[in-house]
Amino acid sequence: MSQADADHQHHDEHVAHHFESAGQQVSSGKLGMWVFLATEILMFGGLFVLYAVYRHNNPETFEYGHLLLETKWGAINTLVLIASSFTMAWGVRTAQLNKRKATSVLLTLTLLGGLGFMCIKYIEYSGKFSHGTGPGKFFDVVAYEKYYNKHQADHAHDHDAKGEAHDEPAEPAPVLHGTTRAAAIAPAVNFHSDIADPAAGPAGLVKLDPPKPKGFHIPWVHDKPTPAQVVQSRNFVDIYFAMTGLHGIHVLVGMGLIGWILSRNMRGHFSSKNYMAVDLVGLYWHLVDLIWIFLFPLLYLIHT
Amino acid sequence: MTTTPTQPTAPTPTPRAPQPLPAEENAPINYLNETRGIWSWMTTLDHKRIGVMYLVGVIVSFFLGGVMAILLRTELFSAGPGVAKLIGDALGHDKWQDTYNQMFTLHGALMVFLFIIPGIPAAFGNFVLPIMLGAKDVAFPRLNLFSFYLWCGGAVFFIAAIALGGLDTGWTFYTPYSTDPASSTFGGVIPAVFGAFLLGFSSILTGVNFIASIHMLRPKVMGWFKMPLMLWALYSTAIIQILATPVLGITLLLLIAERAGDIGVFDPSKGGDPILYQHFFWFYSHPAVYIMILPAMGVVSEVISAMSRKHIFGYSFIAMSSLAIALLGFLVWGHHMFTSGQSDTLNAIFSFITFFIAVPSAIKVFNWLATMYKGAILLKSPMFYAMSFIWVFSIGGLTGLPLAAISTDIHLHDTYFVVAHFHYVMVGGTVFAFLAALHYWWPKMFGKHYDEKPSLVAWFFIFMGFNVTFFVQFIMGAHGMPRRYADWSVEAWKASQIGKGLDTSFIESKVQLFEVCHKISTIGSYGMLIGFLILSYVLVRSLMAGKPASRNPWGANTLEWHCSSPPPHENFATQPQPNDPYNYSGWTYEPTLEGYKACEPKEPEH
Repeated sequence: MSQADADHQHHDEHVAHHFESAGQQVSSGKLGMWVFLATEILMFGGLFVLYAVYRHNNPETFEYGHLLLETKWGAINTLVLIASSFTMAWGVRTAQLNKRKATSVLLTLTLLGGLGFMCIKYIEYSGKFSHGTGPGKFFDVVAYEKYYNKHQADHAHDHDAKGEAHDEPAEPAPVLHGTTRAAAIAPAVNFHSDIADPAAGPAGLVKLDPPKPKGFHIPWVHDKPTPAQVVQSRNFVDIYFAMTGLHGIHVLVGMGLIGWILSRNMRGHFSSKNYMAVDLVGLYWHLVDLIWIFLFPLLYLIHT
Repeated sequence: MTTTPTQPTAPTPTPRAPQPLPAEENAPINYLNETRGIWSWMTTLDHKRIGVMYLVGVIVSFFLGGVMAILLRTELFSAGPGVAKLIGDALGHDKWQDTYNQMFTLHGALMVFLFIIPGIPAAFGNFVLPIMLGAKDVAFPRLNLFSFYLWCGGAVFFIAAIALGGLDTGWTFYTPYSTDPASSTFGGVIPAVFGAFLLGFSSILTGVNFIASIHMLRPKVMGWFKMPLMLWALYSTAIIQILATPVLGITLLLLIAERAGDIGVFDPSKGGDPILYQHFFWFYSHPAVYIMILPAMGVVSEVISAMSRKHIFGYSFIAMSSLAIALLGFLVWGHHMFTSGQSDTLNAIFSFITFFIAVPSAIKVFNWLATMYKGAILLKSPMFYAMSFIWVFSIGGLTGLPLAAISTDIHLHDTYFVVAHFHYVMVGGTVFAFLAALHYWWPKMFGKHYDEKPSLVAWFFIFMGFNVTFFVQFIMGAHGMPRRYADWSVEAWKASQIGKGLDTSFIESKVQLFEVCHKISTIGSYGMLIGFLILSYVLVRSLMAGKPASRNPWGANTLEWHCSSPPPHENFATQPQPNDPYNYSGWTYEPTLEGYKACEPKEPEH
């Protein structure tokens, strides 16, 4: 490397030996990052296509399934991520203006935004796992039925305690005892309904009415779907975890990157002449934000 | 063109061609010996060393895949259990047919993921791309090293897959074979799929690097249409790598989640859609066929022009046809699924576009032939391999047409006709171009000559062996020999689904034909083996005791021939001035160098 340094005395210290100028290095970095972000979008693109195909083939899966999600948490998370994107963009600007302290503060706020997002995601995920509506192996309708009955009972109890009059008693859960996990999993969704006879239906399952249309009203807290509806929403749960899981991994990677540039910033590595790393991490963080902005309505705000 | 001003950053105006003094032909310090020790290689950021490490890696993978191929052909030499049973007994498999399935799966997966896809772009592309641009390195040298280590990680996972019991899903990992632990009981599925995921990411990062390098490091005097065609080919390849590979990545992750965690996405018993998997898989894997062939076409464009001592014919047509192939390649994946039950409308559309993609490939072939026409052809090893490429690629391409037509495809689907077709395109095409590149750039990479005569003997065995092995497979495929069958005896036919209700005498007459074809095919594969053994001997001898090579043994004019052999760490002592890469008037043959030197009196350029 010493030989290379000797050859390029005229170079700026921030410019790698194979670039002719700082401008060329920055342009290369930006082009590389944008191309990489395109590959990220295509990677999520696979999941979006998967979502579209399944939603088209099995609309009821999505309509029941989304009732499991708490729109409230999703909405808060959207705001958290948008706010962190804002602080990130601001941080890039302050880095550009040589304001090192302001950059550190803004990057810390961004990092906290990412952390907040992951905490809320943890709350949501752990709820799903404990209620028996986790992905794949963790999908357990019997556990969900217990949770559902308890929820309905608590709900009724709350009403009683407040002395409110409720015209009808809490709807009892459809009896699902004896539904083995295999039966709950296997034939719940009938994919090629033109091939098999949909009227026959899977054995042991309750025939369901389609969910009632909700109009333009966005319910912040949904009514819980019945266990029978949950049986049919297994594929939604899997797709939900696949999409938000991959997104969550990206948030973690982004937090790692922000932590890295934050520590570099505190050590004074950046200046108005050299802030490319901040800029590129910012681009990545905005992509992570953008993907969530698509995930939130697709998963949480489904309407019939 | 010579009057164009020099780069503003270059300290002094430099001559277009290097100094012709023989004493300077080989700089004592080059990229191979500037630092020593294994650690200096493992941590290198030099694109040339990374290219050489890739080269070693892909050759080892090619060797492993080749061993599997020879075992497969040996098993098929005679009907009934053979070498697969011996191996299966040693490994404790219940059925020797399972062993056979594992062998062809590993052959396909190793060859496709570890050898063909990275073969030319990662090994030779890394080596020549920056030099052809007159640059010191690729745009992101650290990323380049990282993608090499991702490749190594993928290779390690493949080896782990073999150690953990192998896999028998076929290289396509079709669901539900791959997702249902009951139907593929071997433990190697998850490691192999994860290995393919890592290799995909290695390929993506190489693509990002190449695109940024070509956009940003190209000297100002080298316009897009003054680049060597190899760079057009690598650029088109990189587009496919970055657009198609991520989709494979997410598909493989879902597959792992499905097998390991019971996620219901592709397995029908979990509410999944196996046809969707095929769509996703071929959305990547059909463009991947062009990741394999486009760099090969770039190599052939360079070699044909240099070895014909003639300007490439139809430069812009070759360049644009690379882009056309890259874009059209995204629209034809459904032709792998004509018999999957997708709609007839889709079949018709995919069939039509598939015919259409033959046009840019044919444009290239005609342009290469026109380049050779009336050229002063230098019949050396790289040229033999390049001409072999045109021959086998043409056969492979033309036999693709009956497979693109839906009606004939129904008959030929899943037979040896398909096997022969894609071996003609992938092995015949890519491997011959890989060997052309290996011989063409060998003196540049290692600064040594190899013996021409034994190298031609190796070429003869490989070329003849290849054609003998695979041409008969067209015949037996058209007669109905299904692919992936471990056994072709009369008894096996009678027991199989296909043989039910068929006349015994009919089956016997077919089996007689298949026997002849299989025996010829296996003998041909041994011929290839002999050829590759001679080839390894030639190249190893060249490394040990080869004569030093001069700067430009072939008289080519792309920039890598303007620096010394092997190139120094930063490629050029002085910044080169790129000119028309296919104008050979600046070089004359110098017998003492066994190569070309720059002309003293510069001829006026056209």
